[in-house]
Amino acid sequence: MADGTNPAADARARAFSMPLEDINLTDVALWSSHTILPYFERLRAEDPVHYHPAGQHRDGAYWSVTRFNDIVVVDTNHEAFSSEPSITLDDPSDVVLPMFIAMDPPKHDAQRKVVSPIVSPHNLHEMEPLIRSRIQKTLDELPIGEAFDWVDKVSVELTGQMLATLFDFPFEDRRKLTYWSDVSVAEPPDGVLVEEHMAFFNQVMGECVEYFTRLWNERVNAPPRGDLISMMAHGESTKNMSPEEFLGNLILLIVGGNDTTRNTMSGSILALDRNPDERAKLYANPGLIPSMVSETIRWQTPLSYMRRTATRDFELEGKTIRAGEKVAMWYLSGNRDETVIERPNDYWIDRPNVRHHLSFGFGIHRCVGNRLAELQLKILWEEILARFPEINVVEEPTRVPNSFIHGYSEMKVVIPRRF
Amino acid sequence: MAKITYIQHSGAEDTIDVAPGLSVMEGAVKNNVPGIDADCGGAAACATCHVYVDESWLERTGARTTMEEAMLEFAEAVEPNSRLACQIKVSDVLNGLVVRLPENQH
Repeated sequence: MADGTNPAADARARAFSMPLEDINLTDVALWSSHTILPYFERLRAEDPVHYHPAGQHRDGAYWSVTRFNDIVVVDTNHEAFSSEPSITLDDPSDVVLPMFIAMDPPKHDAQRKVVSPIVSPHNLHEMEPLIRSRIQKTLDELPIGEAFDWVDKVSVELTGQMLATLFDFPFEDRRKLTYWSDVSVAEPPDGVLVEEHMAFFNQVMGECVEYFTRLWNERVNAPPRGDLISMMAHGESTKNMSPEEFLGNLILLIVGGNDTTRNTMSGSILALDRNPDERAKLYANPGLIPSMVSETIRWQTPLSYMRRTATRDFELEGKTIRAGEKVAMWYLSGNRDETVIERPNDYWIDRPNVRHHLSFGFGIHRCVGNRLAELQLKILWEEILARFPEINVVEEPTRVPNSFIHGYSEMKVVIPRRF
Repeated sequence: MAKITYIQHSGAEDTIDVAPGLSVMEGAVKNNVPGIDADCGGAAACATCHVYVDESWLERTGARTTMEEAMLEFAEAVEPNSRLACQIKVSDVLNGLVVRLPENQH
């Protein structure tokens, strides 16, 4: 019974008792209160391809696909399920930002290939010492014995540094990258009109494009170099992009490299704090770090979903998705699918088939930076294990009120001592 | 059973008896042959079971599927004899097959 003494049980009872048609997965309150998972559990069991009528999400009706294998079907069928015009449930309004994640072949293929060499095995190998030295410095400067915000001091800091390096962006201005990324995906705050929010969004994105245009102009007039802006400025398929397309691809690369890795870094701290047995296992055997990294990426699922738009009628689980309708592939739900993943709600750092998760997506839009993300997480934990016997989360973390970005805005921790 | 030889980038070799009906990827994963990640579990959707098929076997292993072709577009160090091992079905015809692994699954 919902008597208020067990909030998790109350949330689950609510999720299982309300009429199916009232389930609203884009209600940000369910995300900020971390009560979303039972709704997915119910939909997987009772209505795995579920229609949300207009009136829930601000841009209208959509389908939710919640089982692992159904998500793979949609994700790998890029002819029936287009990534255009947007990979979130928001429809492009007056500001259309084309980006290759939201394009279909052949344009997607050509633009992706321009930037993908930055995360080639060779480049990652070259970058590893720099990533490691920065992580070492950041960890060495953390306070001991006093509470601080891990999100700000570590997760945001390290991902901001990484992005600045990839873009060869002025290092002292790196927090601007984080800010632009945050604004580009933020939901309109409560009490703020959508129009007002859009005006603010346009203003901030204008600053972003102005800054990057300056860098572009420098790079386009200089010989080609290994940073993302130079690569795009000299790439055959990208050098004649419109300003909107330039901004779109910048936002894609900034968000892609920012929120995702940031929230997985924070998630790793939370998961190991909540699971002391797994933490003990990791400290006893640092060889488990790569497996723990994959498990954290599954457990956290830093992007909750990707949207597709049906190009033709498509049958799935007995439902007919009509041409033109929107589909949300809920990676977070697929990664908790008990029919595919053993004990899916457990954080289990050496689980079998640990890499078999949906967080990077499957098919031609699979995350281009996945190996860089894994590398950053791996080095972070190698360096943590060399320094700190424990990192304790001392308050319930604050979660981002967003159905697309699954992460934390604040996580207070204490590191009691060094080794 | 078909004997399949997996040659690592380092040169180390594993020769495994693989049951007909399995894929070349499953033959490796089930026998703990390193170097094949197979993140997607066999859906030709991640390109982490990339192998090079020994030239003399190319005809018998057949042509790439459409999805496989699309995924190999974005893989690293792709050659004309590159395949996704999950898309090569093992049968008696492939007894003796030799595949080489890339330096990285990327």
